[in-house]
Amino acid sequence: MNWIWFHKLGSPKWFFQWANKWSKFAFVIGVLMLSIGIVWGLGFAPADYQQGNSFRIIYIHVPTAILAQSCYLGLGVAGLVSLVWRMKMAPVFIKAVAPLGAVMALIALLSGAIWGKPTWGAWWVWDARLTSVLILFLLYMGVIAIQNSLDDLQLADKAVAVISVVGLINLPIIKYSVEWWNTLHQPATFSVTEAPAMPMAMWLPLLLSTLGMYGFIAAVAMWRMQTEVLIREHRSNWVKKEILDNGI
Amino acid sequence: MAFESINEFISMGTHGPYVWSVYGISLILLFGSYLSSVKAKKNQIKRLKQRYLREQKS
Repeated sequence: MNWIWFHKLGSPKWFFQWANKWSKFAFVIGVLMLSIGIVWGLGFAPADYQQGNSFRIIYIHVPTAILAQSCYLGLGVAGLVSLVWRMKMAPVFIKAVAPLGAVMALIALLSGAIWGKPTWGAWWVWDARLTSVLILFLLYMGVIAIQNSLDDLQLADKAVAVISVVGLINLPIIKYSVEWWNTLHQPATFSVTEAPAMPMAMWLPLLLSTLGMYGFIAAVAMWRMQTEVLIREHRSNWVKKEILDNGI
Repeated sequence: MAFESINEFISMGTHGPYVWSVYGISLILLFGSYLSSVKAKKNQIKRLKQRYLREQKS
């Protein structure tokens, strides 16, 4: 197998130029898909026969909940790469993506609470799914707080890498919480092995808004990582050249 | 459309306040994330540019 891409991804310079090329593309495609998915879901998908129109919250709730978990998976992998291989871009990823993951988890929690009120009759219940996602949000807040409170950058990078890896244990708990414990929460919407449990007219816009959310977050994450690269690498010649010559 | 009229679309049956508050909060948080991230990058580029130009002069 060719591992050159792996080494390239570890190079701040290569990443910066790669992100310059792809971030706008991801942003435009992402926002487009997200917009189509949401307009479709809000205005054109049929109302749910049990939940009525409150189910339209799903087009925000599911994409953000999935992204909150995907971002954390990224954090965990980056934490491992950071601790084992000391790749420069791994701590950059953690620092840049943790706040985005926190926003995703926050939106998932808030939209879930607002959806819960008309559906379950309660804003919040302490069941396994809700609690484990709250823990996910708190993990993000912990990573952000530690990253910002330690002045020693190397120490901070190491500390957040460790928390990111340890926190991975929460992901299977979130995923299987709806199967292992009795819960009010409905089971997973997306499945690789099973056909969707909802009609296509509800499911397709959800797929679009989820993919769109991936694109949007990918683009914003790239910009945040670029900013962090500029901060960390400001003494290297390529950054100087990039800024003075290319006027990025 | 899944709705007969614009009024019906806004009221979402009886679920209007729930649905629209979710979309409102999400829009604010997503747009805020986008804006703050783009601004941070622009500011950092500006800071470094000034710094490099200062170094060149001295």
